[in-house]
Amino acid sequence: MLVINEEQKMLKASVRDFLAIQSPLAALRKLRDEKNSDGIDRQLWGGMCEMGLTGLTISEAFGGLDFGYLGLGLVLEETGRTLTASPLISTVLLSTTAINLAGSAAQKKALLPELARGQLIMALAHEEKAHHDPGHVATKAELRRDGYVLNGHKTFVLDGHIADKFIVVARTAGKVDDAKGIALFLVDATAKGLKVERTQMMDSRNAAKISFENVLVPKDQLMEAGDYDTLVKIFDIGCIGLAAEMLGSAQECFERTLAYLKERRQFGVPIGSFQALQHRAAKMFIDIELCKSVVIKALKAIDDGTPDLSRMASLAKAKLGETIKLVSNEAIQMHGGIGMTDDAEIGFFLKRGRVAQQTLGDYPYHLDRFARLRGF
Amino acid sequence: MENEIGGLNPFRKETRTWLEENCPLTMRGQIKDVNDLYWGGRQGAFPSDDHKVWFERMHAKGWIAPHWDKKYGGGGLSDREHKILMEEMARLRCKPPLFSFGLAMLGPALLKFASETQKEHYLNDIVNAKIRWCQGYSEPNAGSDLAGLQMKAEDKGDHYLVNGSKIWTSFGDLADWIFCLVRTNSEGKKQDGISFMLIDMQSEGTATRPIRLISGKSPFTETFFNDVKVPKENLVGELNKGWTIAKYLLTHERQMIGGIGETDEKLNVLEIVNDAIGSVNGKLNDTILRTALARHEMNREIFALTIDRAIDEAKAGNDSGALSSLFKYYGTELNVEAMELIMSASGSDALMMDDSADKHAFLARRFLRSKGNTIEGGTSEVQLNIISKNILGLPIK
Ligand SMILES: Cc1cc2nc3c(=O)[nH]c(=O)nc-3n(C[C@H](O)[C@H](O)[C@H](O)COP(=O)(O)OP(=O)(O)OC[C@H]3O[C@@H](n4cnc5c(N)ncnc54)[C@H](O)[C@@H]3O)c2cc1C
Repeated sequence: MLVINEEQKMLKASVRDFLAIQSPLAALRKLRDEKNSDGIDRQLWGGMCEMGLTGLTISEAFGGLDFGYLGLGLVLEETGRTLTASPLISTVLLSTTAINLAGSAAQKKALLPELARGQLIMALAHEEKAHHDPGHVATKAELRRDGYVLNGHKTFVLDGHIADKFIVVARTAGKVDDAKGIALFLVDATAKGLKVERTQMMDSRNAAKISFENVLVPKDQLMEAGDYDTLVKIFDIGCIGLAAEMLGSAQECFERTLAYLKERRQFGVPIGSFQALQHRAAKMFIDIELCKSVVIKALKAIDDGTPDLSRMASLAKAKLGETIKLVSNEAIQMHGGIGMTDDAEIGFFLKRGRVAQQTLGDYPYHLDRFARLRGF
Repeated sequence: MENEIGGLNPFRKETRTWLEENCPLTMRGQIKDVNDLYWGGRQGAFPSDDHKVWFERMHAKGWIAPHWDKKYGGGGLSDREHKILMEEMARLRCKPPLFSFGLAMLGPALLKFASETQKEHYLNDIVNAKIRWCQGYSEPNAGSDLAGLQMKAEDKGDHYLVNGSKIWTSFGDLADWIFCLVRTNSEGKKQDGISFMLIDMQSEGTATRPIRLISGKSPFTETFFNDVKVPKENLVGELNKGWTIAKYLLTHERQMIGGIGETDEKLNVLEIVNDAIGSVNGKLNDTILRTALARHEMNREIFALTIDRAIDEAKAGNDSGALSSLFKYYGTELNVEAMELIMSASGSDALMMDDSADKHAFLARRFLRSKGNTIEGGTSEVQLNIISKNILGLPIK
């Protein structure tokens, strides 16, 4: 069934109510304007943790709610509407997933309860160039007697500037683009030789460039099942979660634009009565309806453990990448001059949309991958 | 929930076995064109013996209209059983045993709006393939502006007297009866003077003239009504309330055209393009076409999911009726795009217009015919208008 149940509806509604008060779009503007050193509101994050959002995908045995990815997706859809800046993507969607999938029993026992309680902000350090590429890992991890020694650099590490701990993708063997030899390590932010440089992105959220210079990582911080296939699965899940967030942003951006079409008057009539704009609005509506279908299907595919997760992930991320671009571009155009001003909120959707669609692979990347997975 | 792993649901199992045993091999696979379907009716011959066998077996099962009530000739299946049957038929790629506007369009409207006597009479005739129906909506001066129709039906006491003409009547020359929109009141709002009427094409004063299409085929007629007497009991619903029926029927037509009805089989674009172009290292050997195809397949897969979701939403009690315009618009735009991809990939092979045995020979006509998809049943532009107005609530100038 491609519909949500009562329990899921309730979760979505309560998150929406919470965000409406605690994190309207103005909150993001405030963080940006006051040049907040964290780039997130710690109090808001505390509230989200209290609601249990950090434990949605953690099993009850480790203090989580075991609500599944559909639940997390619904939450992300809501934070996509309010463009809430929080560690939900870095910590819950990506890092918690990584620990669930790749962590050893001891690592899970040590980290999952802390993550569920929201006491730990984590970041996944993978990308090394401007385009997403799972196999492209030059960062080296050399095994020595006392542990692994990491050397290399990472970029576009979401929330890297506030992370307490990193999951670092490095290679223990092979050449730069080999799938073989890839491994995942848990690295403390305070580790010696690790340098973090905050990069403020267009969407007023933060990522970081990170470099490793002979960073020593104890052997037991190697993640047990952290190979290339697991990494791909983490990214697949990440893509679907991002698609859910983008769905929220696309809907909100479209609804705001629709309201403007009804309110703004020119030539003595509402601009929404012009057919040139009506048909473009109708097409956006259709694309968003399509997006809803692929997002719910893909989220369920994670929870159901279906074998074609990669195809579903690329399908969802490609479609949402295409749609968020269309909708946010049209939003600016249909707002006219007002749309270009910083005072209007509509521009924030363009900016977040661009960052989100680039994260973990843009539209061309996923369209190509989808075609490969379909066999052509 | 059905457990697909621990054994199939009994109805599915039974249906699958029955279809495997009873659907002739030639009744499976791609439908080449309209001549590959059995349409029923007084003039309706079976295209082949297998078509006859298939129709008769399905008919005996009650599976011509599987979800209609048994007293109307249906199979009385529940929604769930119906869905399973459709899925199992799709799995074997079974052709529909009977394809007709009676089943896909008129039937649903009669079920909702006709009197009990009308239902028992007309629905049984549809299921038994006795009567083939055609649609008399459009007129020369009433296309997109359908409510502007002028064909008149005057009340003459014991009958209606009908005068006027219809156009673009698909298969008007092969049909036995026509369901028509007629003007029964010229005053007031144009939508409020329309009635829904059933007319026997053998009535005195009716005539048809074929219209040839760009595909070279002539499946349409202009249909004339000159002092045609129509019995009073042929009115469906109330006098001057036909517009509601007309719109309801259109949503079914749009679903049929948009592909939700799952009867009109699509060409396998991927297969055709792959065969024509070939691939190198598993990648289609034409990067530009590959990108276009990828985008097409992405949207097609998601469109299919959207149909599933609409069905699930309806089951969950969330109204999605307003979405028929979305399905009509998007389904037909995808069809047209698919044909364009096939044409690009097939090159001059797809330009052969003869009916030779060459396996590509049907593509040119299919392509030309596909252009009508975004016109028939309300044009793409009209669907976008409906979405803007009825769903998005945008103002009309
Ligand atoms: C293959 C096929 C089968 C058909 N079968 C049947 C049938 O069996 N029975 C039947 O009754 N009819 C049938 N039709 C007719 C069909 O419903 C009409 O052709 C259709 O509704 C368009 O009307 P029209 O041809 O008069 O075009 P017009 O209405 O003249 O449209 C011409 C162009 O103007 C555009 N346009 C018109 N109004 C607007 C507007 N308000 N806003 C924006 N653009 C507008 C249209 O989109 C189109 O692009 C069939 C048509 C085709 C092509």
